[in-house]
Amino acid sequence: MATEVTAADIQAGRGVGSSPGAARGIEIVPRRGLPIVGVVLVALIVAIAGNWLWALDFFHVVGGGLWTAIDLFVGLVIGPILGRLSISARMEFSARFMPKMVLIMPTLVTMTLGSGFQLARRLGNLSAVSPNHGWLVASFVVVGVMAVIALGVLEPANIAVLFEMRRPNPRGEVIARLMQRFIYTAGVTGVMQVATLVIMTKLAS
Amino acid sequence: MAPGAGQGTPRATSAPVGALAVGALCLIVAGGIYLAAHIPGPVSLLPAYVLLVAAVGLIAIAGSMLWRLTEFNWACFFRVGRWSLLAYLISAGMLEYVFVLDRVPRAELVLLTSMLVVYAVDIPLILAFTVARLQDLTT
Repeated sequence: MATEVTAADIQAGRGVGSSPGAARGIEIVPRRGLPIVGVVLVALIVAIAGNWLWALDFFHVVGGGLWTAIDLFVGLVIGPILGRLSISARMEFSARFMPKMVLIMPTLVTMTLGSGFQLARRLGNLSAVSPNHGWLVASFVVVGVMAVIALGVLEPANIAVLFEMRRPNPRGEVIARLMQRFIYTAGVTGVMQVATLVIMTKLAS
Repeated sequence: MAPGAGQGTPRATSAPVGALAVGALCLIVAGGIYLAAHIPGPVSLLPAYVLLVAAVGLIAIAGSMLWRLTEFNWACFFRVGRWSLLAYLISAGMLEYVFVLDRVPRAELVLLTSMLVVYAVDIPLILAFTVARLQDLTT
């Protein structure tokens, strides 16, 4: 039974191999979602090429809002709940949740940053004489920190966990070690996202 | 091949390839922030070039360490690496498109393009190494 697997079992790598269905049929990149990503990226290119204020605003606000909300929701709400579930339940959830995040997060980040840079240029905030320039540079730094954490630490762990789950007998200690990265970085990411909210509302005011 | 290879033994490669590649990513991001904070105005390119060269150096060291690995699932490394390379080339291409569209001056554009190339190679390296180092040799 799933509830018989303890935290000590994870560390020892026991019990997770019997997780029903979690290790089977995991699609690391959900192919059905790729056309949607393609449409979003093409629309973003058109918006940047046309330099339309509304379209740039739309991509930046929608992408940025979802990025921040998902980051905070996953870190502060889903993460602690997951931590209290049985190992089996965690794997079942992660096997369905993480592949979707592989597509959703990079798409949202590309939407937000691509449209944001163009928007800043169009509104003149990139200019060093703009009163908003300091806030904009602060947002670059915040995004830079989040980019390093996301691209250099979390995304590789995400992909590695999915590969591990595809094994006939996933090793609990490997998954637990990789998932530690999410716990270690949740605080930094949370602070950076709150800083983003402060900076963006300041820029828009 | 090491004893136990291909029999379910985890390959806990200890070479700090991932750490070096993440270090390179930090340098590239710092260079990008420096340039983005100054363009479209006049900017000294020297700090950005120093960061770029340092990042390339770290990737070269990581690459040489990787090349010397004997017990490593190269098939998995290349499988993950080529797909993530495709994804990040598209991502870098979109950024390049914005820079060209915005008529970034030639000198800055060359530097930004070089940084994007490093970015597009470095992240697939991190992804592929992180996954492959945990795989058995036969998978």
